[in-house]
Amino acid sequence: MTHQQISLPAFNPPEPGNEQLGMFLYQMQLLRRFEEKTGEMYTKGKIRGFLHLYTGQEACAVGALNALREQDRIVTHYRDHGHALARGVDANRIMAELFGRVDGVSGGRGGSMHLYDVSKGFLGGYAIVAAHLPLAVGLGLAAKMQNEDRVALCIFGDGSVGEGEFHEALNLSVLWKTPVIFFCENNLYGMGVRFAESLSTQIPTLAAAYNMPAVSINGMDVLEVYRETQKAVQYCSTGNGPYFIEAMTYRYRGHSMADPELYRLKDEIEQYRKRDAIEALKQHMMERGMLDEGGWQDVVSRVDHAVDEAVAFADASPEPGLDTLYDRLMAEPANG
Amino acid sequence: MAELRMRDALREALREEMIRDPRIFLMGEDIGAYGGSYAVTKGLLDEFGEDRVKDTPIAESGIVGVGIGAAMAGLRPMVELMTINFSFLALDQIVNSAAKLHYMSNGQISVPLVIRMASGGGSQLAATHSHSLEGLYAHFPGLNVVCPSNSADAKGLLKRAFRDENTTIFIEHTAIYGVKGEVPDDPDFLVEFGKANILRAGTDVTIVGYSGSVHPALRAAALLEEDGIDAEVIDLRTLRPLDIDTVVASVKKTNRAVIVEDDWKFGGFGGELSAQIMERAFDWLDAPVARVSGKDVPMPYNRNLEFAALPSEEDVAEAVHAMM
Ligand SMILES: Cc1ncc(C[n+]2csc(CCOP(=O)(O)OP(=O)(O)O)c2C)c(N)n1
Ligand SMILES: [Mg+2]
Repeated sequence: MTHQQISLPAFNPPEPGNEQLGMFLYQMQLLRRFEEKTGEMYTKGKIRGFLHLYTGQEACAVGALNALREQDRIVTHYRDHGHALARGVDANRIMAELFGRVDGVSGGRGGSMHLYDVSKGFLGGYAIVAAHLPLAVGLGLAAKMQNEDRVALCIFGDGSVGEGEFHEALNLSVLWKTPVIFFCENNLYGMGVRFAESLSTQIPTLAAAYNMPAVSINGMDVLEVYRETQKAVQYCSTGNGPYFIEAMTYRYRGHSMADPELYRLKDEIEQYRKRDAIEALKQHMMERGMLDEGGWQDVVSRVDHAVDEAVAFADASPEPGLDTLYDRLMAEPANG
Repeated sequence: MAELRMRDALREALREEMIRDPRIFLMGEDIGAYGGSYAVTKGLLDEFGEDRVKDTPIAESGIVGVGIGAAMAGLRPMVELMTINFSFLALDQIVNSAAKLHYMSNGQISVPLVIRMASGGGSQLAATHSHSLEGLYAHFPGLNVVCPSNSADAKGLLKRAFRDENTTIFIEHTAIYGVKGEVPDDPDFLVEFGKANILRAGTDVTIVGYSGSVHPALRAAALLEEDGIDAEVIDLRTLRPLDIDTVVASVKKTNRAVIVEDDWKFGGFGGELSAQIMERAFDWLDAPVARVSGKDVPMPYNRNLEFAALPSEEDVAEAVHAMM
């Protein structure tokens, strides 16, 4: 079987500057600390239900979300705190959502797996594997039909690839040339199953078979993710249809807080920690004189402060009143 | 007023709404070049073009998902699922996304989507192709479930569905696509959701049906009249929202209720309706609520067996006689 080779228009986005790298570093540290804190809050019983931590994968969210424009839209899966934070959704309100409080982004009705902030184009975390892939095609289709220059970024895990909706969505997206970036965070596992044991081929091979550009990138390198996603935005927003990115990454913690992690060795985790994306960016910046130890300590303390503030905010937010149980079940009908 | 078959009334509703609202577009398997499996969308591709009338791959979950996404982004899509039998493949999208996004997002997202599907048995299509699942969809909070029994309601309800901010499951019984009925010409003719229709007033027993089952109910009322029994026949029109008030008021007058439905009895919508009647009108009932339903088997192909598996006017009349 031959791959369809799509020739990409030449596009070399400018290298991110000093200030932007500083922001990436801050955001990645924020995602890291935020998740460490949510894990802690889970063990304290402040957060319940399923909680899927994002630690290890920060470069994916920070690289991809920062490549988007304000008008673009995002749908993602249930491991969504990092994506929401990188999109600029208020950390306080995300934490309040995890606590199930009224000031949460979804008023305490969604919880960890279902974060929404429409004002930021953040159209949700989706907890049914691959269910949001067709939705992203619909978002892209709508933008196209309304003559709006908006790209839909659709983030999902390697586990989605086995679902029929993955294939339906890719096919429809190419058929209808919808501006969708399919962004697969391949962290090697779908819960405890290695992706190589659940897929008979390579992920980009599949995507390319549907006739779209498909690349596999280092998802532990925020600069590479940023650059490749910028290319994808450029490609999609100029009427070419969808673009597929597989970002190779790794999650440090279990699948969820309930995971005993019987399926992998501690050594494997240690190997990946040596390639830590935050450390890598820190090194990159220090080697170029863009950051010194004092600057790094400043990032750390600003992030710690923001995360502590998020917990305080969430804790102070009231529980939703029981009289709101039936509110907003149905949207008000329009007048036509 | 014009005399229209139900399929033509539905097409008129689609046309008028597409002309009224440029955000509306149609997607589905064979709705374009083929004209729709039941010819509801015939001619619409020529009139509106392929941007607004899209033939899709055979991918039920995918196209419902695309419809949800497009609705979230401000369009008014209609997805035709060919038949209700294939809607199982889209069930997750309908239940977990379309029905829940408004609630889960605390009102930030709405999914104004119309999903049309043909339903029902009686055409010897056997077990995989003869479902009546109105009650299944009515089970899910967050959806509208609409199932007209005649041309005027088909038009008025479909037009109403396009003016709603929520997802509407719009179910069309295949046995009545060709049945003619008077339909108002007014382009603003709408039939409200949650308003049952008393098709025949009576004093002795209340017979409740929806979608195709309204027809055996009406024929049973004619049979009963010959025996001196005056039946009231109610067409629910929409199962969600449900107009239980009209049913209860009728039962309080007639003191008897028979529910007619094509769907399986076990765990079906008739059970829900029966329970609600008992909760609200127990002291008025002179007999237990009766259900005349499809038999609890996969639909057989053989003509006689299929007939036996579906409710008939004789079955309804017999149930009424048994409670008098
Ligand atoms: C349709 C469906 N099947 C099963 C599950 C249970 N489940 C939740 S997450 C998950 C693994 C998904 O792995 P992947 O897509 O690689 O994402 P990751 O958790 O690695 O980020 C499974 C099986 C589900 N949520 N939805
Ligand atoms: Mg995975």
